Amino acid sequence: MTSISDLFSIFVMQGFNGLSAFCVLLLMALGLAIIFGQMGVINMAHGEFLTIGAYTTYLLSEVSQRWAPWMAKSYFVVSIAVSFVIAALVGLVIEQLMIRRLYKRPLDTLLATWGLSLCMQQMFRSIFGPKEVSATLPDWLMGSLQPKAGLDIPINGLVVMGLTVFLTGIVFLGLYRSRVGVQVRATMQNRVMANACGIDTRRVDRLTFALGCGLAGVAGAAFTTIGSTGPTSGSMYIVDTFLVVVFGGAQSLVGTIASAFGIAQTQATTEFFLTGSTAKVITLCTVIVILMLRPQGLFATKVRR
Amino acid sequence: MSVTTTAEGRIPATQQPDGGMRFMQTVRDRRGTLLFILTAILLLVVFPVAMSNFRLNLVGKYLTYAFVSVGLVICWGYGGILSLGQGVFFGLGGYCMAMFLKLEASDPISTKIQSTPGIPDFMDWNQITALPMFWRPFKSLLFSLGAIPLLPGLVALVVGSAMFKRRVGGVYFAIITQAVASILSILIIGQQGYTGGVNGITDLRTLHGWDIRSDSAKRLLYYLNAVLLLGSVYLGQRMLGSKLGRLLVALRDKEERVRFSGYDVANLKTFAFVFAAVMAAIGGAMFTLQVGFMSPSFVGIVPSIEMVIGVAVGGRISLLGAIYGTLLVNFAKTYFSERFPELWLYLIGALFIGVVMVFPNGLAGLRSVTGVSLRDGWRRLVRAVRGATGASARAAAAQGGAGATVEVSTGGMAMVSVGQLEGGPPDDDAAEARRAEGGSR
Repeated sequence: MTSISDLFSIFVMQGFNGLSAFCVLLLMALGLAIIFGQMGVINMAHGEFLTIGAYTTYLLSEVSQRWAPWMAKSYFVVSIAVSFVIAALVGLVIEQLMIRRLYKRPLDTLLATWGLSLCMQQMFRSIFGPKEVSATLPDWLMGSLQPKAGLDIPINGLVVMGLTVFLTGIVFLGLYRSRVGVQVRATMQNRVMANACGIDTRRVDRLTFALGCGLAGVAGAAFTTIGSTGPTSGSMYIVDTFLVVVFGGAQSLVGTIASAFGIAQTQATTEFFLTGSTAKVITLCTVIVILMLRPQGLFATKVRR
Repeated sequence: MSVTTTAEGRIPATQQPDGGMRFMQTVRDRRGTLLFILTAILLLVVFPVAMSNFRLNLVGKYLTYAFVSVGLVICWGYGGILSLGQGVFFGLGGYCMAMFLKLEASDPISTKIQSTPGIPDFMDWNQITALPMFWRPFKSLLFSLGAIPLLPGLVALVVGSAMFKRRVGGVYFAIITQAVASILSILIIGQQGYTGGVNGITDLRTLHGWDIRSDSAKRLLYYLNAVLLLGSVYLGQRMLGSKLGRLLVALRDKEERVRFSGYDVANLKTFAFVFAAVMAAIGGAMFTLQVGFMSPSFVGIVPSIEMVIGVAVGGRISLLGAIYGTLLVNFAKTYFSERFPELWLYLIGALFIGVVMVFPNGLAGLRSVTGVSLRDGWRRLVRAVRGATGASARAAAAQGGAGATVEVSTGGMAMVSVGQLEGGPPDDDAAEARRAEGGSR
């Protein structure tokens, strides 16, 4: 009897681990799904925008610890908003200085943003030091729920999950149900026609890029609840994130969600039976083989080329 | 049309362009030959005389990276296929060599203190008691030498043809090659017992009884390196001068038109990719010999992308330029990471950004500023591709293509992607749309 309930607990917790991994991947991929999927800009520095968000949260936590103890409980909520704003502002500047000159040369964007990511990493290293730092989490984020003996559901995981659902909802509504979303999609699908319809496509470009970067910042804030932050913590995920977006079918938000889910669950399940590195190799190989057979990704939007 | 036949397509003398053109071409050829000879003197005479053994060995190491660059010029600069996974092929070539050398270094006598003598030391440390199956063939020098180009070439063939046949290209291809690089490095690091893990394969001693660690051996290896590299540059130049080179340029600038002209685009691209892979593999094998070890730190994403920057700095359409670029970037890397490690990342980051945004032609682009105007070159290229669709398709392509390529190499227009050129021919819908698009920004 006990063994069956133990098995059940293991099963549930393993499923939860997979779900957490899914949320992390999806959070990273949301911003990229906009920047890469919609705009077609290969932003290799996307991970660094995530790091910006994470360091912002860390700074806010330090500030609230030292000078504003009354904020100690609520700073995390504030930091989500601040991370978004800061990352979006940096994104705006970068779009203006760099990206907008490169829209027609996607491969060159890749190289330039890689250079940008190296510079940003070194900047983080100079400012915050090479060691990893972690934000002091408020009490309500710590600990775990125990609905049943032997079953531990960590609260920070639940919060990240909630945030993921919330953000995905916002992005979905923003892209598919709002006026701005229509403008964004129109611009990306047919720039000339969108221009003719009176859409300021330059403004849309700026806005979209900043929005994607802001989302990465929020993802960074969420990251601090489950791991520590170092200068290179964003760049570690960048290839995985690109694969998630490509695998899902670049222009499809549903595809991104599905592929993040598939990749995370495959990884979590194989990891349970094999070692971490083997699991990763198997997952990546599967993704690549599927992409070779179906290069347009899981959910391809029909576009006229 | 298969790749092998296009490669042979030399232009008959009667089809040479008009006198002025021919003059330009001779000038270019002379200049190219002169630069080639100068490079050969620099590598084979000046460096060995002027440098200490230590420095020379360092240059030898950089030259092994230059093999990768030569491949990338063909694949990326001319074919327009950016591969961010060259580390995979460099690593595969290097590991093939290292496995042979390691097996030679671990004969039963010198490894008799191990619990299982006769197997590489790292296997013994990882409680492996017998030589794994895939290591066994590497006892033979002949097999190893064959595997160095063939194994990476095969991987490139499989990946390349699978992708290009389904018309995956550009950005997607770059990301997927990057993922392949990540897979291989994770695999090598994870399977410590079979591959030596993070440390790689170290403590290599002899090649068929010849000690590769002595100073004289390193010097000899340097010469071998330089000669092989010059040989591959020569091969590359011959290839680019042939019809294949012109097809690659046409492919990069207007893929659809090449396809409609009846060429098999996928085969051409696969060929360029495989060529680049084999070059990288030779570089990797030479690296193992010259430096004396091989490790996953030359396989992953970061080294792969660093191999691209040397090419970008040197000029992606110039084979010799890419060599100088690679040497320059690696000199700078050694210099700065020794003295100002903090600055190095800023510098290479700025290099990436600057070279893309300000000097898309790199070093080689600087000298061709005064070349024939872009517009002129563009017209010729368009005429060439148009001509190819006509009745006398093949002959016209060879003739018009020749004119276009001369402009490409002298005028430095090659790097300017089609979308950037301001005025296309008036009846070209796509160019029309693009101009409108340009106006909107």
